[in-house]
Amino acid sequence: MPGQNLRPPTIAVTPQDYQDLTKKLTPKPTIVRNSFWAFMVGGAICALGQVIINLFAAAGLGRQEASTAATASMILLGALLTGIGVYDEIGKYAGAGSIVPVTGFANSIVAPALEFKREGYVLGVGARLFTVAGPVLVFGISTSIVVGMVYYLWH
Amino acid sequence: MFEMVVSAFLVGGVICVLGQLLMDLTKPSFTPAHVLVTFVTGGAILGALGWYRPLVDIGGAGATIPLSGFGYILAKGAIEGVSQRGFIGAFSGGVEAAAVGIAAAVLFGYLVSVTFNPKG
Repeated sequence: MPGQNLRPPTIAVTPQDYQDLTKKLTPKPTIVRNSFWAFMVGGAICALGQVIINLFAAAGLGRQEASTAATASMILLGALLTGIGVYDEIGKYAGAGSIVPVTGFANSIVAPALEFKREGYVLGVGARLFTVAGPVLVFGISTSIVVGMVYYLWH
Repeated sequence: MFEMVVSAFLVGGVICVLGQLLMDLTKPSFTPAHVLVTFVTGGAILGALGWYRPLVDIGGAGATIPLSGFGYILAKGAIEGVSQRGFIGAFSGGVEAAAVGIAAAVLFGYLVSVTFNPKG
């Protein structure tokens, strides 16, 4: 009979249960979507880095030097894109895909320095360059010294 | 010109997904700064254990462009410093190996910040 199946389905949950269920289910698609864009953008930035390595290698640089030069180039690129306001737009979608590569490190250096520029070139720009770079250098360099010391004691 | 580009994309993409999961599965107080510090420290430890080198061999820029690659360079430099100069090399090796990256970040960061003005 037509219309027989139009009766609303019986839901065996209370509104409270439903809210809990919604809360539990909502973040998951976000995580998948965030991870997808982090993969695509982060992968693309690294692929560009590889093209630059290959170009430096073709220009006659050794493997190590080509890699170092490419990293420096990517830092310049990340700094420039932050300067013209493009990098933060990418970051809205890419999340960690734009944070983890060295271009994101450059972004973390330029963004606070730009923001506090009116406080001057010393305590504004000069100091704020290290808002994030400072902790990165502290932890990175300290870890490397500990690694070196352990290696020294080991051998 | 395009050799290793696909593997760089894949390895780099996976490393960035790890960073994304680190952000999404932890408290909001785990900021991008914490992600970068975790990656540089993690890269240095993995590098010291000899576990990061295979990633660099497979993924090229996919492993060196993420900040974990910066940590790897620091640890690798410290180990080479010790084997060449003994104990003092633990202090000099890491920073020496990472010098270009650090210097580039300081100079380019400063120049760009001085040249451009914040939006809005």
